Amino acid sequence: MMPALSLRNIVVALLLLMLLLVPVYALVVGNNFVLSLFTRIVILAIAATSLNLIMGYGGMVSFGHAAYLGIGGYMVGILAYEGILSGFVQWPLALLVSALIAFVIGLLSLRTRGVYFIMITLAFGQMIYYVGVSLNRYGADDGLTIYRRSNFAGLLNLSNKTVFYYFCLLLLLATIYLTWRLVNSRFGMAIRGARSNDRRMHAIGFPTFRYRLTCFVIAGTICGLAGVLLANHTDFISPAVMHWTRSGDLIVMVVLGGMGSLFGPLIGTVAFLALEEVLSGITEYWQIIFGPMLLAIVLFARGGIDGLLAGIRRG
Amino acid sequence: MADALLRVAELTKRFGGVIASEGVALDVADGELHAIIGPNGAGKTTLIGQLTGEIAPDSGRIYFAGQDITALPTHQRSAIGMARSFQITSLFLDMTVLDNVALAVQAHAGHSFRFWTPARSERALRAPAQAALARVGAADRGNVVVADLSHGEHRQIEIAMALATRPRLLLLDEPMAGMGPEESARLVNLLRELKKEYTILLIEHDMEAVFALADRISVLVYGRVIATGTPAAIRVNPEVIQAYLGEQQAVTGHG
Amino acid sequence: MLLFVEQFLNGLQFGLLLFLLAAGLTLVFGIMDLVNLAHGSLYMVGAYFAATFTAWTGHFVGGVLLALVATLLVGMAVEVIAMRRLYGRDHLDHVLATFGLILFFNELVRLIWGPAGMNLTLPPWLNTAVEILPGVYYSMYRLSIIVVALAVATGLYLIVMRTRIGMLIRAGASNREMISALGINIKLLYTFVFGVGAALAGLAGLMQAAILTAQIGMGENILILAFVVIIIGGIGSIRGAFIAAIFVGLIDTVGRAFLPDILKLALSPAAAATAAPALSSMLIYLVMAIILVVRPAGLFPAPGSR
Ligand SMILES: Nc1ncnc2c1ncn2[C@@H]1O[C@H](COP(=O)(O)OP(=O)(O)O)[C@@H](O)[C@H]1O
Ligand SMILES: [Mg+2]
Repeated sequence: MMPALSLRNIVVALLLLMLLLVPVYALVVGNNFVLSLFTRIVILAIAATSLNLIMGYGGMVSFGHAAYLGIGGYMVGILAYEGILSGFVQWPLALLVSALIAFVIGLLSLRTRGVYFIMITLAFGQMIYYVGVSLNRYGADDGLTIYRRSNFAGLLNLSNKTVFYYFCLLLLLATIYLTWRLVNSRFGMAIRGARSNDRRMHAIGFPTFRYRLTCFVIAGTICGLAGVLLANHTDFISPAVMHWTRSGDLIVMVVLGGMGSLFGPLIGTVAFLALEEVLSGITEYWQIIFGPMLLAIVLFARGGIDGLLAGIRRG
Repeated sequence: MADALLRVAELTKRFGGVIASEGVALDVADGELHAIIGPNGAGKTTLIGQLTGEIAPDSGRIYFAGQDITALPTHQRSAIGMARSFQITSLFLDMTVLDNVALAVQAHAGHSFRFWTPARSERALRAPAQAALARVGAADRGNVVVADLSHGEHRQIEIAMALATRPRLLLLDEPMAGMGPEESARLVNLLRELKKEYTILLIEHDMEAVFALADRISVLVYGRVIATGTPAAIRVNPEVIQAYLGEQQAVTGHG
Repeated sequence: MLLFVEQFLNGLQFGLLLFLLAAGLTLVFGIMDLVNLAHGSLYMVGAYFAATFTAWTGHFVGGVLLALVATLLVGMAVEVIAMRRLYGRDHLDHVLATFGLILFFNELVRLIWGPAGMNLTLPPWLNTAVEILPGVYYSMYRLSIIVVALAVATGLYLIVMRTRIGMLIRAGASNREMISALGINIKLLYTFVFGVGAALAGLAGLMQAAILTAQIGMGENILILAFVVIIIGGIGSIRGAFIAAIFVGLIDTVGRAFLPDILKLALSPAAAATAAPALSSMLIYLVMAIILVVRPAGLFPAPGSR
């Protein structure tokens, strides 16, 4: 795995450099909006990277992935509302609950294949959304304002926007590194094999279900972490982040960047949110352009941006 | 038969109106190369599918090394030493040849809940995979992506993957299908070698190869085993000649 | 008892609405092997058309018929422009492309009709109650939804089961090659089937619009329920969709109405009040999960659809 000086690697390097310098730029220009936008990009890139793990490497097209954003976020919000502010309690609990719910959803959904799997994850995701809507004590439809960010007892001040940004960036890089280790390990080879040809996997002696389920749980947990960060970033959580169309956004980010590529989800998230900014600057009705663009991407650029950069086409 | 490695009793499988296996009984002795012949649609592939657990029989039992495995899931049958090759090539097309075979090794090298060490640099996986490739004569193809291989090479990799699981019993479903004469001849030589080490159940349409290699032959027609015996006995069995071999001009010509 | 009859009819009405939406989805999936997330957009478009045309013409039934034809045409146009290019491709491609269409349609509607939403006003003869049992009154409009939807379902059933085109449709669900072998213009058939599915979705949308309102994104949540219906019914099966739709409609409606009372029997009033909304909104998904465990391919898996 020697990093070569290809166009793709240069773009990734420049992108990382840019992400590192965002707070500096924000400070110099005095533009807080940019920092906030990029914090959001970095957090969503964590979610997209986790989705890529199951979708790009494991072939599990989960259409309910945004649910874990909400679960992580709600755990922070609810615990804060009930007076538990310590991040040392909030965060592990949030990850644990995300993992448990991913386990149950995976256990039921992974029995099915193809379209069934897409539709069932869609349905379970929407079920979680409705649970959020029915939480009357915690704001129901309107959501829940989080007045105090997670408290790490002086170790880490999440209320400092720059600190928070770099912390999120660190977690993103950790997630990408973890994904890299994971997909190249024995576990990763088993996951990829199951995507490529599950029948053959069984024939050569792999009980693939347990590996796929584990992968599903890992991805859900990481996305739960993104939810924890998102809630701390916006100081707010509502069912809207779990709506199935948000899951659709995540899928779009992954495909836009390039499925099954390590930095693809990051590239896709940047491209998605940048497009949103640029297009909505052109017209209020920007989705009238963006929607057909998705169709065009599907028809003409299936490998995503990463695929274009690498000059290869994926099936 | 006391030392039968594989024993099939009264196996029956229906697909709607089609009877793919009807009361199939079969013994494969330890160390033998047992061939199954029969016309297209006779139920040969379906039989293999039931042996490996991909298809559940409607009734009947399957014993492997004395153990009743009728209800055992596919991956566990692989674990106890059954390996198959597919009539229609079934590989990991997007991976390299060596990755393909190394996965087969990995399946039998403990569990795969190992999340950190790069699998591609594990000698314990790569070396046996490379050995299996060398065995089928594809040692130099390891780094090619499978999708870029020729059909004949796919057939080789099919066998290499089966070998890499270190099986006791090889179930080969028409390994020569679609091969040219030269490739077939090489494969016959390979099978002759493998025969010394493995018990083999071979399904094959190439009668010349079957009669040259097999210790015993079973003839399957419309889901039923109509005869089992040595090549010499099968060649002169009137029922077999009438039902199947009669059409096979090549064999009678050679006979 | 009175309440129960009303809730039962509401559930039936909602189930039939779901059927109209699910029928197009499951047909399109069964025949073209296409997952269409934008089906909910056609539901929305039908509602907006109906609100516009009834206001224009000043005539309810006329406006509704116009709206159906218009939705049919929009559906056929979508098929010709976009869907056609997606046949035979990966399901993920379908999901992405039709997700793009949702965004497009939402924005288009906002551009044309504005963000506010529209009312579909009922004529006086529909806006009354009828006595269905001695002393039991029920909304005339909801009752007519039941009647119309049942008629459509019967018509659909007869078309699929009894006619030549229905035979082709059924053949398509299990054997794509057969249609081409018969020398039928498969492109035309697909366009037609997609258009009819769109019109059915539009019908469901405009029916709902008179109870709620026509709103941007109105098709997005109910679309997922339609998915649940076809998962339970078995993808590609019209009969399965019908039975599952009624089932889901009844469970959802009756569950919401009575679950709080049932929970009060087991829990403290406070706990019941907290748990009931969450539980009743989860109910049909739980039912789906249970059915899935028992029958992973749904209740009536269409032959050859997997
Ligand atoms: N999954 C299936 N569903 C329905 N029929 C099948 C299925 N698999 C095989 N068959 C039928 O069973 C019979 C035996 O097929 P097969 O085992 O493939 O024969 P062979 O390998 O001897 O050519 C054929 O008539 C075939 O059409
Ligand atoms: Mg066969």
